[in-house]
Amino acid sequence: MISFVLNRVAQAAGVLLAVGFIAFSLFTYVGDPINAMVGQDTSQQEKEELREKLGLNDPAPLQFARFIGNVVQGKFGLSYRTSDPVGRLILERLPATLELALCAALFALGVGVPLGVYTGLYPRHWTSRLLQAVSLIGISLPTFLIGILLIVFFAVILNVLPSFGRGETVKFGWWTSGYFTVAGLKALILPSVTLGLFQLTLIMRLVRSEMLEVMRTDYIKFARARGLSNRAINYGHALKNTLVPVITVTGLQLGAIIAFAIITETVFSWPGMGQLFVQSVQFADIPVMAAYLLLVSAFFVTINLAVDLLYYVVDPRLRGSTGGRH
Amino acid sequence: MNSMTIRFGRMTMAAAAMALGLGTAVPGAFAKTFRWANAGDVSSMDPYYRNETFLLAFLENVYEPLVRRDKTLALEAALAVKWGQTSPTTWFFDLRPGVKFHDGSPFTADDVVFSLNRASTGGSNMKAYFASVKEVRKVSDLRVEVDTKYVDPLLASKWAAILIMSKAWAEKNNAAVASDATKNEENFATRNAMGTGGFIVKERKAGEKTILVPNPAWWDKPGHNLTEVVFTPIANPATRVAALKAGDIDMMYEVPPQDTDNLKRDANVAVIEGPETRIVYLGWDMERDELLESNIKGKNPFKDKRVREAFYRSIDVEAIKRSVMRGQAFPTALMVAPGINGYVKELDKRPTLLKSEDAKKLLADAGYPAGFEVGMDCPNDRYVNDEKICQAVVGMLARIGIKVNLLAQTRSKYFTKILRKPDSKPGETSFYMLGWSPAATYDVHNVFEALIQTPNATTKKGQFNVNGYSNAGLDALADKIEGEADTAKRNAMIFEATKLYVDDYAYIPLHQQAVIWASRKNVDLHQPADNRFPLRFVTVK
Amino acid sequence: MSLRDRIGRAADSDIWFSFKASPVTMVAAGLTAFIFLAALLAPLLAVQNPYDPASLNLSDAMKPPVFFGGDWSFPLGSDDQGRDLYSTILYGTRMSLFVGLCCVVVAMVIGITLGLVSGYVGGAVEAVIMRIADVQLTFPAILIALLIDGVVRGIISVKRHDEIAGFVIIVSISLSLWVQYARTVRGSVLVERNKEYVQAARVIGLSRWLIMIRHVLPNVMGPVMVIATINLGVAIITEATLSFLGVGLPATQPSLGTLIRIGNEYLNSGEWWITIFPGITLAALVLAVNMLGDWLRDALNPKLR
Repeated sequence: MISFVLNRVAQAAGVLLAVGFIAFSLFTYVGDPINAMVGQDTSQQEKEELREKLGLNDPAPLQFARFIGNVVQGKFGLSYRTSDPVGRLILERLPATLELALCAALFALGVGVPLGVYTGLYPRHWTSRLLQAVSLIGISLPTFLIGILLIVFFAVILNVLPSFGRGETVKFGWWTSGYFTVAGLKALILPSVTLGLFQLTLIMRLVRSEMLEVMRTDYIKFARARGLSNRAINYGHALKNTLVPVITVTGLQLGAIIAFAIITETVFSWPGMGQLFVQSVQFADIPVMAAYLLLVSAFFVTINLAVDLLYYVVDPRLRGSTGGRH
Repeated sequence: MNSMTIRFGRMTMAAAAMALGLGTAVPGAFAKTFRWANAGDVSSMDPYYRNETFLLAFLENVYEPLVRRDKTLALEAALAVKWGQTSPTTWFFDLRPGVKFHDGSPFTADDVVFSLNRASTGGSNMKAYFASVKEVRKVSDLRVEVDTKYVDPLLASKWAAILIMSKAWAEKNNAAVASDATKNEENFATRNAMGTGGFIVKERKAGEKTILVPNPAWWDKPGHNLTEVVFTPIANPATRVAALKAGDIDMMYEVPPQDTDNLKRDANVAVIEGPETRIVYLGWDMERDELLESNIKGKNPFKDKRVREAFYRSIDVEAIKRSVMRGQAFPTALMVAPGINGYVKELDKRPTLLKSEDAKKLLADAGYPAGFEVGMDCPNDRYVNDEKICQAVVGMLARIGIKVNLLAQTRSKYFTKILRKPDSKPGETSFYMLGWSPAATYDVHNVFEALIQTPNATTKKGQFNVNGYSNAGLDALADKIEGEADTAKRNAMIFEATKLYVDDYAYIPLHQQAVIWASRKNVDLHQPADNRFPLRFVTVK
Repeated sequence: MSLRDRIGRAADSDIWFSFKASPVTMVAAGLTAFIFLAALLAPLLAVQNPYDPASLNLSDAMKPPVFFGGDWSFPLGSDDQGRDLYSTILYGTRMSLFVGLCCVVVAMVIGITLGLVSGYVGGAVEAVIMRIADVQLTFPAILIALLIDGVVRGIISVKRHDEIAGFVIIVSISLSLWVQYARTVRGSVLVERNKEYVQAARVIGLSRWLIMIRHVLPNVMGPVMVIATINLGVAIITEATLSFLGVGLPATQPSLGTLIRIGNEYLNSGEWWITIFPGITLAALVLAVNMLGDWLRDALNPKLR
């Protein structure tokens, strides 16, 4: 057990170190940090002095160690675009993305699981077939198109929901929250639906197929033979058995949600990390990109680690198999 | 019973909303928060960062100049109460007593001398306004005098664009040099502001939002009734329009012409429009011996007037007006708009369009029978429909055998690429779009000095003459125009100089764009012709 | 085996049977074939080449579609530069499909090669490749593609980025999609490696590479094709998304995503057709491809999920 945990933690650390190396290479070799700092009229000699002062002439491993040291302290350098410290830029935008991601995940789970159960229990009913078809359309429509359509319908035509931004936010220290004002909650609806829709269809399809599979097992047949009520079988036995994969997949999807927030945030002008990332890609703002990469990988690696360990706790047989996704 | 529960439920919701609303974001019952949006953010909080209308217009609410423009664009007293010339080459400014910066420190002549020096040196983009200046000196705490190298009757008017910063604050925060960042430290003034103006920067998140609150200790009587101003950049025009229609913002600066009709139909939205003093034009590199981005090597086609003529006379500005600008443009042949002092109506006639065969013949005569390839630079978030205009130009030139490789990018990157460098090296472009409004002086001389005179690092002339057009006759005339006090003589010289650059095809002026703003009906505001947006005239009902 | 036999065998196969049994799949296949054909023949079907600036006329801009006040010269209306939308959609679809297919092929080649190598060579090489795959699999394609694009923008000056935008996109998306192939192929190699026929082939002295390519590879082509079909949808959506975000194909060479981005600006002003028609085309294309992928997956391997 301990060796397994240690092994996994070591692997996670290795991944982070590798990503850190990529980020470091970007930072050091792609964006010339000197050119970003000085004006055009700086002389070559001044640039050279600056290189020396910043330690850019040191051997690469030393520079890398220094980079990691800075990152651990939250120092990611200055943005090329706004010349703000990158750490602060990202921290300012973190709450917006996390709150949106959480809402989207809750929406996907809250709607996806019941629909999945329903279509799994009554696979031949016409509503199930309809839901299946609609879910395929949901997967096929690009997120940005869904966002645009929602804006047109709910913000422009019906004029009931805001089309951009977070509405009013409340401050708790450095954290800003949109959960405590009506305007903030209203602003969350359209982006959450847009972001959660893909995951919703995914969860629905997963729960459906798990349910179909479980319902075929001897275990359920015996339960039926024992004369248990349908209700007890469906929810007490069948659903319970499908929950483990659903929870793990949802956990893994949380990372995907944070990444896909890039698109939703752009469509809704949502002031989160994703929007920041797209802007920095357009500007080739390497420090911001590097920091975002590191942060998001830290998220992913942590989530994967948690899921791996959960697997181990719940079902040792599952050890070693990770879910493939795209 | 059921419906009652629902109704009750709604009431509690509303009550909770009110309680939360009052308890959190809105400070008082009579709060007048004004939310407005633009396509892009203010690039910096440093007033000398770029000589760009939007940046200056925004910062005018926070910082103030010595003399400012009133609603009719006439000069009026701001930080200086009295100004004038003691001799032909000496100006004086008597400063307003009792003015305080936002941090409570007093405003004195030291701040003025410091600011004027900061604006004319380092990475400042405002150097063009200091071409005539020899020396700025403090006479007393409330008087500053300026010696000029030659007679400069427009000095006070130029300096309406120079905003005054706090010396103590800038020095304390290591921001004493204008931020073109030649130093390693990040410049404090890029993100913070300390002025004397009617509004204080309460919160600034670059690219996200900037919150201003009224300055309670302002020397002037506010013409607004706002308690808070929230500025948000919203890049997507569709989102911006939707936000205005939904009431999420109260005002939208620079409405795309295509959305004007739609917004006019909305009963809650007012569209405010008028011609702007800005001319949008195309320019080309006539300075280098070989173009940076072209397949022609060893020579520069734009040095040949026939090539310039073929380009100029193949661009159909009327079609651009009709299709791209939806009628919201005023085609022009001059680099200044009507209403600017020195506009010559007789010369504002574009030559006729050439048939494509004739244009090709001109190119062939110049030695380019098969046309050529050239790179073009264009902003995509600065002028109204800028990228679309450039795309249209690409199509029009394609018909005469010119292959234009268009690169449209966001304005900060764009300006960095094409503008002249601080050491006066030419911009890195072969063919570009720019817009210019002589917003400081409203006089044609500003256009001559900044755009048409030969670039010169020491005299600071031609700072925005990106293409390096150079005509000794025009240079001499422009210098004489600068100091000439006799209106009739001056106008004659202006006519002559204007004819010179028009006949030379120095630029391709396209049009004067319309300023279109839109606001919610409950907002009352004032729109000056120079597209500045003074918050001090905004009232929310 | 004669061609006739081949056709006969194909007609008897399970796949064909399952195809005939599913009318939805047949519709999807028909739609896909139609869109592919239309894209392929775009230069013949289009009335104008929207990528040639000389063929555009600004006075034709913003014409509405034929039944909404327009006329037959612009059946689906025109956009802001006077491009005929019908022609532009044909060319845009061609561009989307081309980029999508290139991505799938490149990703497949990279994935199969690395999968074969790691399954076959094993040891440290395998460990490194599969570790990279693991790391990459934790990141969604769109994120990796955006990152690669941003890095390219940092390396080459923006000046010429537009010219090689298509190439950059293909590389970015391919590099984000190869992992699934590699994993699948490696898994099959590990299984097949110890099967009797491979052992037998080895006994008769065939080179191990030849065995891999001649015997093992055909066995994994089924799942690889499934992944490829599903990935085609993913690649098309990813490209459209990148173009929509403004980091994809430029407005001078629009794909469907670029068209939607351009049209989005006009959505409020009443020119809905510039967004809606490319949007419908994109959705129909991806839906059809996804339906085919779904069906192929069930038909080839009901257990593969």
